[in-house]
Amino acid sequence: MKIFGITKIRLGDYGMVLALLALCVLFSLLTLKRQSGDGFQAVAELINVIENKLPKEQVVLVVGAVNTDSAALAEAVYAEAREKGFERTRLLVGSPRDLRLVLDELIEEEAFLGGIVTGGDAAKWLVWDQIGQNYPAFAGVRIATPSERLWPDFLKASNLLAIVERIVVIAIIAIGMTLVIITAGIDLSVGSLIALSAVISASVVQILGGPEASGWVVALGFLSGILSCGLIGLMAGGLVSRFKLPAFIVTLGVMMMARGLAFMTTGGFSIDQVPDSFVWLAQGRLAGIPNTVLLLLVIYGAAHVFMTRTRYGRYIYAVGGNAEAARLTGVPVGAVVALVYTVSGLAAGLGGCLQASLVRAAAPNMANMYELYVIAAVVVGGTSLSGGSGKVLGTLIGAFIIAVIQNGMNLLGIQSYTQMFTLGGVIVIAVLLDKARQSGGIRQFLAGN
Amino acid sequence: MIDSPADFETPILEMRDIVKSFPGVKALKGVSLELRSGEALGLIGENGAGKSTLIKALGGVHLPDSGDIRLAGREVSLRSPSISQSEGIAIIHQEFSLAPNLNSRENLFLGKEKTQYGFIDYRSEEEQARILFESLGMKIDLDRRCCDLTVAEQQTVEIARALASDARIIVMDEPTAALSQQEVDKLLAIIEDLKRKGIAIIYISHRLEEVLSLADRITVLRDGETVAEETNVSGVSKKQLIEWMVGRSLDEEFPKRNPTIGPVRLSVKGLSRGQAVQNANFDLRGGEVLGIAGLVGSGRTELARLLFGADKADTGSVTLDGEAVEFENPRYAIERGICLLTEDRKEQGLILVHSAVENFGLPNLKVFVRNVLLDQGKERTAFEAYVDSLKIKVSSVSQQVGNLSGGNQQKVVLAKWLQRNADILIFDEPTRGIDVGAKYEIYLLINQLVAAGKSVLLISSELSEVIGMSDRILVMREGRIQGEIENGQGTTQEAILSMALDT
Repeated sequence: MKIFGITKIRLGDYGMVLALLALCVLFSLLTLKRQSGDGFQAVAELINVIENKLPKEQVVLVVGAVNTDSAALAEAVYAEAREKGFERTRLLVGSPRDLRLVLDELIEEEAFLGGIVTGGDAAKWLVWDQIGQNYPAFAGVRIATPSERLWPDFLKASNLLAIVERIVVIAIIAIGMTLVIITAGIDLSVGSLIALSAVISASVVQILGGPEASGWVVALGFLSGILSCGLIGLMAGGLVSRFKLPAFIVTLGVMMMARGLAFMTTGGFSIDQVPDSFVWLAQGRLAGIPNTVLLLLVIYGAAHVFMTRTRYGRYIYAVGGNAEAARLTGVPVGAVVALVYTVSGLAAGLGGCLQASLVRAAAPNMANMYELYVIAAVVVGGTSLSGGSGKVLGTLIGAFIIAVIQNGMNLLGIQSYTQMFTLGGVIVIAVLLDKARQSGGIRQFLAGN
Repeated sequence: MIDSPADFETPILEMRDIVKSFPGVKALKGVSLELRSGEALGLIGENGAGKSTLIKALGGVHLPDSGDIRLAGREVSLRSPSISQSEGIAIIHQEFSLAPNLNSRENLFLGKEKTQYGFIDYRSEEEQARILFESLGMKIDLDRRCCDLTVAEQQTVEIARALASDARIIVMDEPTAALSQQEVDKLLAIIEDLKRKGIAIIYISHRLEEVLSLADRITVLRDGETVAEETNVSGVSKKQLIEWMVGRSLDEEFPKRNPTIGPVRLSVKGLSRGQAVQNANFDLRGGEVLGIAGLVGSGRTELARLLFGADKADTGSVTLDGEAVEFENPRYAIERGICLLTEDRKEQGLILVHSAVENFGLPNLKVFVRNVLLDQGKERTAFEAYVDSLKIKVSSVSQQVGNLSGGNQQKVVLAKWLQRNADILIFDEPTRGIDVGAKYEIYLLINQLVAAGKSVLLISSELSEVIGMSDRILVMREGRIQGEIENGQGTTQEAILSMALDT
């Protein structure tokens, strides 16, 4: 019986992970196609071409199409080639038109073009076929591309990063929501708090310098956005714990008030006069790793440790499991409830800053209905709305399941209406499966026990 | 036997060799019982003996793996609760199934409303409800919502509902667990009356005196098997029943103890809260078991909650070791070493969805914290020590506490307070719903606690328990402490009852 029980628990615990992996495999297979390689391997391949196959004293042009993977590839190849001492290497990241301008320049300079190195989308430009016609001087020039390989669009580095960027805001706010839902509460205000935090931080930046504002001002802006939302969360939590008001109603009120405040702050307009450092939060990198990925790892790690290994983490579960029993056991129930709504507010505040940083603007109408996506991520992650149980890491998986489904459907070119329908269905099925797991297996569940 | 008319000789209910397994457990290994109209069958057994599974098989909740169920000689398959009901079987669970927000009349006819032209016929419903309640000898306000009725009244509504649906067999699961002695007597009278009407009763109870006084036959279950079927009830003693239930002989119901009473620990003066507790005065000494007797609703639990800080007193003072204390909430009481084992374990004592070790750790987390983080290994080791010393039966320390039996749940509650090093322990109905064997262990524990110099306040509806365990007894009535009996073990149930009922 014991062995049986443990196997069941294991399957349940990892069920969501398996679902996520299955989705990744599915979308990888569906988006599999022959394409010009990218990544380290492609860089190495092209460097090898520059080093060994092209004449050293001549100009080598490294070309990438702007805003695509090929740009990153071109930049990487260029940087490495310069490092290795190929000073005649030139970089071009742009459009086919830019390429023609550069070629014109080279002809004017009467430079010798040793070869062209490119890859990814830039390799598909039609101009390559016409070079011999339009530039007889470069007729015989060698155009090198990385060898083609079979690789899914889904697993391209840029796509994986896009998934993270798409979900980072929701995933971070979902941490706060997980805590709230574990106490058997709900926080509907987070969507509006995203907008409020975004407009507060952008307004602070605008007032203290606008596009010329320093990094410190940007940090101050973000901090004021996050702290304001934390304060609002604290007040909502206070109302819920002190006066025993239903969390649904309190946070519904806060949701509308926060949205109103966001509009009042900007007079209804959006703010986009922000310095480059404003964008660094969500689009920059630290030690080569995108900030969004770092943030997710650090915050989820901290939340996981908090919930599983600290006193207050245990109290949060206890309050959700049975608030009265917890009170009679000496748990400071009021403080715990206030805490989870404050954390939810802070998380929403940070989410707002990230969202604004991602889109380089803050608008009072942004992140509409995000609270529902956040709740969906929590629920798909296996946290029960009746409280007392749930895992922060489950929520991360839940958020990624949603993001992967959306991303996969985008790659497959599925209409957004169909996507909305599918996503809704997935949420219902996830909850059904979770219920089945709790009642000890699909068969018992269907039997209605 | 087959298809013979239902005369007195044919049992109205016959269950033969019922087997039911759940994943990993064989709950029933061939249980048999029989019952005739107008008879009451006492069904007893320790928790986990299979009583509830058997009743669920009868109620159509679980379909047995094998064995037959015959109603008046006719073999039936009770595949669902509605089939069971239409066969005339009514089950009154320990937790009532009344809709709390509906009134007693609406509950009575819920699902089988009397209608005329498609509309509910209030008048005829009211009339029938009145007749039913009168026949049961209870006056119940038909317009009161059920959540505002007393437990006894709600039970009457349940019984009336069974009668309204023409039940021929009524199963009562622990019907007296939450009733006062007076209400119990009334219920027993109702049952006698039902028997005269030819209705068969299955009566499940841990209170063996009640079973002996009302049952015409007794079936004893142990570990999913029928160990005794006795039709000559007058020739059976309580001791015999207990031996059947536990499978060994118990020398005494309450273990002996030589009290060494210490100085006054807790002194209560003029403590009051509304009507519930009025002007309570008493002292609690070290090494003492102070019993509190009284009817349900006499203010015993309310008094305990005031001492624990779960509710706030209007007036009055409490001193602990000579120092005036006022507890804003239970946290402060716990810090001063007072703990309350609540009457309602499931709703107030434990977090059922969490594991045994988590419940154990909850008030003790500060002890297990090392550098901000919890040391779960230390928590586990500490709990395992209590699992051994209190003989808590768990499959693992992380077993969900809701799946433990009542006795083991109570031991988990006890373990968490012992770890907290509480030295004033308030036990509110510590043995309610707990089987005989586990009861004895809890009595032993109480004796060990006071022998170690701790103080115990023991609240119980079972007078024999209060008398058997207490050094002194306070008797409460309508919120007041009506009297104090100095020599607890020397008194009688009658003496306490006369104080609890009247001056």
